[in-house]
Amino acid sequence: MLLKNATVRRKIVITLAYAAVVALLACAPMFLSDFRLNLLGKFLAYGVVALGLDLIWGYTGILSLGHGIFFGIGAYCMAMYLKLEATGAGRLPDFMQWSGVTSLPWFWEPFRFFGVALLLSVLLPMLLALLLGFFTFRNRIRGVYFTILTQALVLIVVTLMIGQQAYTGGTNGITGFRHVLGFSLASPSVKNGLYYISAAALVGSFLLCRRLVRGPFGKVLQAVRDGQNRLRFLGYDPAKYQMFVFTVSAGLAGLAGVLFVLQVGIISPSMMDIVPSIEMVLWVAIGGRGSLIGAAAGALLINASKSGLSETYPDFWTFLLGGLFIVVVVFLPKGLFGLLARLGARMKGGLGDAMAGGRGRAVVGEDHR
Amino acid sequence: MKRKRTKRFGILALGAGLLLLAGCGANNSANNGASPSASGGSSQPASSSAASGSPSASGDGIKVGILHSLSGTMAISEVSVRDAELMAIDEINAAGGVLGKQIVPVVEDGASDWPTFAEKARKLLTDDKVATVFGGWTSASRKAMLPVFEELNGLLWYPVQYEGMEKSPNIFYTGATTNQQIVPAVDWLLENKGKKFYLLGSDYVFPRTANMIIKAQLKAKGGELAGEEYTPLGHTDFSTIISKIQAAKPDVVFNTLNGDSNVAFFKQLKDAGITSDKLTTMSVSVAEEEARGIGADVLAGHLTAWNYFQSIDSPENKKFVDAYKAKYGADRVTDDPIEAGYTAVYLWKAAVEKAGSTDVDKVKEAAKGLEFDAPEGKVKIDGDNQHLYKVARIGEAQPDGQFKELWNSGDAVKPDPYLETYDWAAGLSGGNG
Amino acid sequence: MSVWLVQMFNSLSVSSILLLIALGLAITFGLMNVINMAHGELIMIGAYTAYVMQNLFADYLPASWFGAYFAVAIPAAFCVSFLVGLALEAGLIRFLYGRPLDSLLATWGVGMVLQQLARTIFGAPNVGVKSPEWLNGGLSLGGSVLPYKRLFIIGLVIVTLIAMYLYIYRSAAGRRMRAVMQNRQMAACLGISTRRVDAMTFAIGSGIAGVAGCALSLIGPIGPSLGTYYIVDAFMVVVLGGVGKLLGTVAGALGMGVFNTYFEFWTNASLGKVLVFACIVAFLQWKPQGLVAMRTRSLD
Repeated sequence: MLLKNATVRRKIVITLAYAAVVALLACAPMFLSDFRLNLLGKFLAYGVVALGLDLIWGYTGILSLGHGIFFGIGAYCMAMYLKLEATGAGRLPDFMQWSGVTSLPWFWEPFRFFGVALLLSVLLPMLLALLLGFFTFRNRIRGVYFTILTQALVLIVVTLMIGQQAYTGGTNGITGFRHVLGFSLASPSVKNGLYYISAAALVGSFLLCRRLVRGPFGKVLQAVRDGQNRLRFLGYDPAKYQMFVFTVSAGLAGLAGVLFVLQVGIISPSMMDIVPSIEMVLWVAIGGRGSLIGAAAGALLINASKSGLSETYPDFWTFLLGGLFIVVVVFLPKGLFGLLARLGARMKGGLGDAMAGGRGRAVVGEDHR
Repeated sequence: MKRKRTKRFGILALGAGLLLLAGCGANNSANNGASPSASGGSSQPASSSAASGSPSASGDGIKVGILHSLSGTMAISEVSVRDAELMAIDEINAAGGVLGKQIVPVVEDGASDWPTFAEKARKLLTDDKVATVFGGWTSASRKAMLPVFEELNGLLWYPVQYEGMEKSPNIFYTGATTNQQIVPAVDWLLENKGKKFYLLGSDYVFPRTANMIIKAQLKAKGGELAGEEYTPLGHTDFSTIISKIQAAKPDVVFNTLNGDSNVAFFKQLKDAGITSDKLTTMSVSVAEEEARGIGADVLAGHLTAWNYFQSIDSPENKKFVDAYKAKYGADRVTDDPIEAGYTAVYLWKAAVEKAGSTDVDKVKEAAKGLEFDAPEGKVKIDGDNQHLYKVARIGEAQPDGQFKELWNSGDAVKPDPYLETYDWAAGLSGGNG
Repeated sequence: MSVWLVQMFNSLSVSSILLLIALGLAITFGLMNVINMAHGELIMIGAYTAYVMQNLFADYLPASWFGAYFAVAIPAAFCVSFLVGLALEAGLIRFLYGRPLDSLLATWGVGMVLQQLARTIFGAPNVGVKSPEWLNGGLSLGGSVLPYKRLFIIGLVIVTLIAMYLYIYRSAAGRRMRAVMQNRQMAACLGISTRRVDAMTFAIGSGIAGVAGCALSLIGPIGPSLGTYYIVDAFMVVVLGGVGKLLGTVAGALGMGVFNTYFEFWTNASLGKVLVFACIVAFLQWKPQGLVAMRTRSLD
């Protein structure tokens, strides 16, 4: 009786809280300036990457320091469309002209169409992830080795992108966009629209990830994280699960790249490099790995404080941010969300403390070797 | 069960709180984003979505933005330019300001990250409503900021020599374009040092575009290409490249490497027993500041092309160098981009005073043909492409870290970013005016 | 002398530099399983120590003594980085044992702070270190020159390697260290203070990074972001060689150095780097344990 009652109440509270978050997102344009709204939209895009990362790291125990690539490829696909749109038919993008290219390379041709660009910006990262996953996970490369492997991959891709300046824009990347599907990117209503699309994408990705991590499938993912060999002995093939979830996560990063480039108006190899890739992981770590809401909120929180701190203290904001990273990672392994959950529990009294501890451990896991 | 619920609730509550915070934090920071040095800068309402007609001239000061990388890999170069710009602002303020108002600098960190440059530029223009922005170093940062300034009709002063092929109506270029630095340097080398060129650069846009121009010029003027090599940014081992250079036996190495790679290249060149009397190198990104990092003894004898050297003997330059050293320390040096940043502030001031307003369109109109006695000599703003008329110079590094001027173009060279007045350069810019 | 011989020397020299930057990591990462992303910044500390030493010698000692500064700078760099490592271990790393990926993130923050600290103390631009007279010039061999500095670095690596070998495999302290790294509980039961061994091990790894930084100041830039250029290469060397084996690290450095030099010679610097990394990725697919695998029966 009590149990049922509690479940119902819990559901109500959760629904209300979700509704509040969604309402807040919906109302944001009313109390934020255009610039701040644009920033928030960018952070929402980051939130999508964070969800994907949490899926593979928090739940499956795969730490990828290469999500910048997937993010970048998604963004580049959309940027190629936007660039062609801004350049106009029959003309070459400016960076090709001054690099001595005389006709549009064949692999740019499909990006004349918005639909193709959008599709490829999600599919290409997924394909690359599948390929990488196919080899590495089947060879049982995991933990630290996988992480360092992804770093090598980042270096390879970034060096190649920079080296092929005539086709990719080199270090400058691709910028100078005007229209998307005929709408001017500079108009406030389009920017509002893009913000709403980002918010919807974040909510949608959240629902997708939640669907994945709940139920039996989610349990298998956690088993991959906590005891891969035991899972293997039980007859599961961890590699398949890892490949699948890694591919989904790459697709989310690609989607985030699309949202990013539409709102920020530039993509360059510096956004795919090792530093941003590590930063992405830090959003998840600080928000709270193993908690989807935590990951997404971490992305928002870190980026908002990065923007805010660097505006207020341009000379020493890195001290503050670096310090925050250290403190949270060392002393709050479950991130800020874990801390909050614990505080909430403590306020309710010591009831079932041990149980909470056990549960928290099971959700978050303490060792992702 | 109960425990579970509380936990969930806490999480959700925090989620909502964080989102709020993100919004509020952003709002707050707009208010206190004012400058570090200036006092009582009128902080404007953060999110007044309807922009007021005339920017910035309200209140007791005129806000200007300063946007350079203060962290990350580019900070090694950009911090000094920021220092020079702040010094110019202080000088102008001490002399009474502009239009009777004090200039209030708003400093932002581009963090060596191009999207951050775009973000901060937008913030300066929409939240702080600055009258103008001084900033950028790499081409990539300029390209990232350009659409923002064009969209919002802002004004950017860009202080570094660059690869040309650009004239944005919203940017003033106070560094050299190619025909004021690279083209005369190549001509001079062909005349004085030899025909066989080896092109060495970091792998990014400036070296690649510069080398494309040099190759066209060599072809037209009977030069010969011995080799062309690009290294990843941050490359620090040049042993193999030095082997390649030795094997190619060029007369001249034309060096477009950037900051840190230069240090490694020149140190290792010297160790390999190749001194400046055996091989001529001409660098376009090595100035007095970089010479300190390389080591003056290592660099001595190598050549550079710039529009300004600290050693220029003129009253304007002496005043500038003395003021810079007095403010930031006797061991600091001035160089071309530092001088260009300093000059940019004064040019803007002159244009504002001539226009009688900080309105972007009026300032741009007033800036046409404006002249100023800069430390490098008299400079003039070209009304057509918003670059500066500058004297091209070639210098030789001395054992004390300074450069001795070997040659200069005499008259200031008219800027020509698309090299339209050079026959051999036809086709380089893709016919896009 | 043919270009090929020079290239052979170059590949040896590049390998020695890679080995020098990776040796410290071979201890902190290979033995202790701590992913220290601030390793690059420890290298930077070593380089700045050389700079400070040079200034001290120039300011306070007669000019004839100047050449000796570098000989003092190497042990000084070791000591400074050693102390920083000790502090880092006490304040941070000891909370992170058994959480290697967390150590990656936390030390990343440390790296960020150290970089900005260097910028605040020494200024943002690069600083110059004047190399001592006795290291200028080179050995002439049939028309080409083998720089003394590169020879010196090769020598320094060999000396460091021997010292490390003696310490780890031939001293009582090293035996304790290996015991703790292999079986912590058992070592503790036998009366070894694992806390002290941990601190000592991490500090020694850091100190060697300092030595690397000091040596690199001879041939490379000295600036706040110096560490970022070396950190990924260093990790690659350790992973390629096989974690936990000193011999593996040597093999990894040699492999990477030789391939890098020749690929770069045949193609160009960018493509050379890409090819080397691609080879490493491919190789690790085939042999995930690296060149020299640690034999183990443990699972999970």
